[in-house]
Amino acid sequence: MSSSRIEILNDGGLRHDARRPYELRSTSFQLNTHPTAEGSSTVTQGLTTVQVSIFGPREPRQRSQASHDKAIINVEVGVVPWAQGGGGIKRVRGDKRLQEIGASIRQTFEPVIMTHLYPRSEITINVQVLSADGGILPTSINATTLALISSGISILDYITSISIGLYLKQPLLDLSFLEEQDLPNLIISCLTNSNKITLAQMETRLHIDRFEEMLNLGLEACKVLKIEMELIVKEQTEKIVERMNVKSIISSNASGMNIDE
Amino acid sequence: MFSVKTILPTSTQSFSDDILSTHRRHQAELDAMDLDEDEFGAGPSKRNIVTPGEVITSSKEYMRGHGTYVEDVNVVSSVTGTIERVNKLISVKAIRSKYVPEVGDLVIGRIVEVGPQRWRVEANGRQDAVLMLSSVNLPGGVQRRKIESDALKMREFLAEGDLLVAEVQAFFGDGAMSLHTRSLKYGKLRNGQLLSVPPQLIRRLKSHFHHIPPPCGPTGVDVILGLNGYVWVSNGTSQEKREGGEGFDSEGVYSDKNDDIPPEGRQATSTITNLIKILADEGIPLTDTLIEESFNWINQNQLPLGSIAHNDAERMLAEIVGIDITA
Repeated sequence: MSSSRIEILNDGGLRHDARRPYELRSTSFQLNTHPTAEGSSTVTQGLTTVQVSIFGPREPRQRSQASHDKAIINVEVGVVPWAQGGGGIKRVRGDKRLQEIGASIRQTFEPVIMTHLYPRSEITINVQVLSADGGILPTSINATTLALISSGISILDYITSISIGLYLKQPLLDLSFLEEQDLPNLIISCLTNSNKITLAQMETRLHIDRFEEMLNLGLEACKVLKIEMELIVKEQTEKIVERMNVKSIISSNASGMNIDE
Repeated sequence: MFSVKTILPTSTQSFSDDILSTHRRHQAELDAMDLDEDEFGAGPSKRNIVTPGEVITSSKEYMRGHGTYVEDVNVVSSVTGTIERVNKLISVKAIRSKYVPEVGDLVIGRIVEVGPQRWRVEANGRQDAVLMLSSVNLPGGVQRRKIESDALKMREFLAEGDLLVAEVQAFFGDGAMSLHTRSLKYGKLRNGQLLSVPPQLIRRLKSHFHHIPPPCGPTGVDVILGLNGYVWVSNGTSQEKREGGEGFDSEGVYSDKNDDIPPEGRQATSTITNLIKILADEGIPLTDTLIEESFNWINQNQLPLGSIAHNDAERMLAEIVGIDITA
């Protein structure tokens, strides 16, 4: 069926990287990985790593762009020169595909960020792909959600994203670059609490009977990702809250010292 | 065509489920438990921390404040942070965010543009702040009228890149802040260095001007904690000079020249800067007593001034603040 050199699913039902069809790649979420940005995160899914930093809300760099009643959102996407390995993106910046990814990220987040709270300002989302092995867009969206959360910008909900491929009749989750090349694939991102889909992107054709199954599977996977993200966010937040409350210890220390004197 | 089934939300919201159940009680029962402070009460309990999209409570009984929005009949959090409740008003305080100004706040800013009758000031806010020519003190007396020639000489007073300390006077319609420097405490900054920390670490205090007395450098060190997260650490001056008493140089307030600072003074300034950096990197709220105590600790342990070694910083944090960063 496909002209593939690799075996998408072997006789044992495993994919080329020994995953089962519904198995996600190993993920890691890190918060606050950029020293000067208002919020940042690094997300790794398999061999794809993306760092997102949020700058703003701040005074727009070009004041003519400013909107009087809401914040404007800028998305910049860059790929480091050594990320390509199996990436397929030739240019580092300004590539058509990168521009498209940037536009998709902007469209995904524009309705979710409460921009009306930040009039006459600009929010810059800087996406830096550190290593690419398929699923750049879903990973970038996941990283952007975390970066927005760490920046304290008001958003409606977590947005998580995943790619779903179809091999014969078997849907596969979280495609690697090789699978992405060979299979028809669908990228969805959704608001996990309300089940609203903010992005569904498909560049290849597939049979309509399979679409619903893939969509539901994707939603399920998005929820799993959200649970993982929330764990990390809560853990981090608890640490920060703890540090913010050391004040009580300090004041008791200080009063203790006064008595000594 | 295909149809999309709606999947019921999985119960990942154990928190909201807990909370809501208490609100489904009978009104009489609710009245009786009005004193229930633990529900959203103070204290770093796990239940107080919410993330975006998390249902906090019913909007029928509570009003939504900052950091929340209403969806259907629920008050839902829109940021990550701690729940704060004032009577029936529920808000969520973000753990990290841009500086949110209030009238009367002391801020430190940098001039980015000189415009007609006004300066634009970058003050770490959502938008640039505005400093009107009419809200500054000009040399030659507090009550002096501003004349046309003053408007032409604006760049002589404050030029692009100059740092100043000011107070938030009012807000414009779009939320931009308007500053004023109509006090001898405020004005242009010199003889020191700026550092930027997360704004949440600076609490609203009685005074934001602190003086760390002489064992710290020959004349002490002055620290200004701007509420916008900018901190100014400078070579110390005497009490009178700071507050416009004897020896206050009213012509010198817009001077661009630094005074002669002895090496010991520079060293003390950089020590204090480094201490503030260490504390801020660990997310510890900054107060004058804390900064002074950590300097005293350095002094008592007879550590070299200037840069502070990593293991000394660890020891200091453990002994002064009581936290272990090695863990």
